[in-house]
Amino acid sequence: MPPGTPIDWFPLWLSLRVASISTILALAAGLGLAWILANRTFRGKELLDAAVTLPLVLPPTVLGYYLLVLLGRASPVGKLYEWLFGGPLVFTWQAAVVASLFHSTPLLVKSARAAFESLDRSYERAARNLGATELRLFWRVTLPLVRRSVLAAAAIAFARSLGDFGVTLMIAGNIPDRTQTVSIAIYDAVEGGNGFAARVLVLIVSAIALTILTLANRLTSNPFGPRQTAL
Amino acid sequence: MIQAKIRKQYPPGPESAGFSLDIEFRAAAGVTVLFGSSGAGKTLTLDSIAGFVRPDEGRILLDDQILFDGAAGVHMAPRARQCGYVFQNYALFPHMTLRENLEFAAERAPRLGRHRKVTEMLEKFHLSEVAGRRPYQVSGGQKQRCSIARALIGAPRILLLDEPGRGLDAPLRAEFYAMLRSVRQEFGTPMLLVTHDTEECFQLADEMVVMREGRAVQGGTPRKVFDQPANVDVARLLGLYNILPVEVRSLDPGRNSSRLRFQDFELAGPYFPGRLIGDQVWLYVRPDELSVAPRNGRPAFNQVPVTLLRTVEKPERLRLEFSGDIAVEVPFGSIEKISGVKEWIVEFPSGDLRIL
Repeated sequence: MPPGTPIDWFPLWLSLRVASISTILALAAGLGLAWILANRTFRGKELLDAAVTLPLVLPPTVLGYYLLVLLGRASPVGKLYEWLFGGPLVFTWQAAVVASLFHSTPLLVKSARAAFESLDRSYERAARNLGATELRLFWRVTLPLVRRSVLAAAAIAFARSLGDFGVTLMIAGNIPDRTQTVSIAIYDAVEGGNGFAARVLVLIVSAIALTILTLANRLTSNPFGPRQTAL
Repeated sequence: MIQAKIRKQYPPGPESAGFSLDIEFRAAAGVTVLFGSSGAGKTLTLDSIAGFVRPDEGRILLDDQILFDGAAGVHMAPRARQCGYVFQNYALFPHMTLRENLEFAAERAPRLGRHRKVTEMLEKFHLSEVAGRRPYQVSGGQKQRCSIARALIGAPRILLLDEPGRGLDAPLRAEFYAMLRSVRQEFGTPMLLVTHDTEECFQLADEMVVMREGRAVQGGTPRKVFDQPANVDVARLLGLYNILPVEVRSLDPGRNSSRLRFQDFELAGPYFPGRLIGDQVWLYVRPDELSVAPRNGRPAFNQVPVTLLRTVEKPERLRLEFSGDIAVEVPFGSIEKISGVKEWIVEFPSGDLRIL
């Protein structure tokens, strides 16, 4: 944006939308994966764990490159998507969701897995002994007991999604009013000398991040009284 | 009625020495106690019956229904076994109120009677006033009552209790014993209880099974087990006896007498059938079966001179610990002068010597 232009709010709304959707999707996929990693042993488990953690560790452009190859128009996944939805996945805002997902999910899986593993096993046993099916055990006992730490992790994942830059840029691009998320918009504003727009966006995103952090901290302190474990 | 034959092996690994459980026992109506020290395999046995752990081999039958059969590959899920389980830490769901904990357990009952059942249980266990509170907001006794109520609400065919008295102060324990007796009377559910506390055995058990290192080493009523431990290991486990190494010196079946040698002294006892002269055996005698007096001249018959090492005051008795690993307990106040007296005589009751 050249200096002096009024602030374009689209990137902020886009980022909020992308972060929300990717966090919800990450929760759905992440909880399942976390439960499997926490409760089941099988060959290749450590490999799965490594694969889930990898996106957190790879440089963003490297991850972006892999995703481009995986989801690009020439790839099988890309072709399938285009066939199903009538347009390519790459360089759309949906691609920005995918980009965020690759960071949110590992964060959630790690947190949720730790939460599941730290649960006192006697709750599970008690529930089963009292006649609960595995599903009922999960919904009525396990999930409520890990709810707070999972929500805290989701909040952090949301904040992380809000700020994604490298991967989003590579697979969603920087198309104004289409795929320009707030981090990219800030970068653009700084590059283009539009200091005012940059500052406003930075302040707003900072405020959001701080609010989320406070919320996450509140959630992780003191759930059901003095101790969360039995007794 | 439960019949269990359980074999489970945990091979030794980098972090554990390994463990082998190989136990067979039956428990009929009433209260059966699995007694043993920590690590004997008692909780593992309970968990196998509840279905939390799958044995390697064996068979578990509850009222003629097969819960587990290693040979046939049958392993019933915990939810189907109808075994009430009272956990050591109660395992009340912390995010639910006491009422909701009971409602969770009642969910298998038809919807119509559910609410009434829960209310009844709350009343029976004196929890109505705190039903709306969460576990962390109620007292230890209330949590305990709630965990038992929760286990009973599904009308289980057996109640399994894992060291329920552990960590309870004296009044809570007494309350718990009373409650268990009234549960037994009112519900009639057979109970299998795990403990390392001898008093609990006496207070509660109709039958007990003594376990050691994963095996059942003796069974019977508490009185029988305590008076006649099967071997020296059981006697040691009970923790009630002086256990002294002695040698059989002479046997006289005609006069129903024998002589045992302890240190340099001879003790007279009854005839011990099945023993030979020269056998190294263990003499077991309770601290309150021995009498003491300050040493005054040579020891007489069945008396052993000892040196007083320390005295321990107990609430109602005084325990005197002597050299040679001999302990004597006397009612408080029955011995006038103790301080300063180091040399004593311990007298063994000749008619009542028992050996293992």
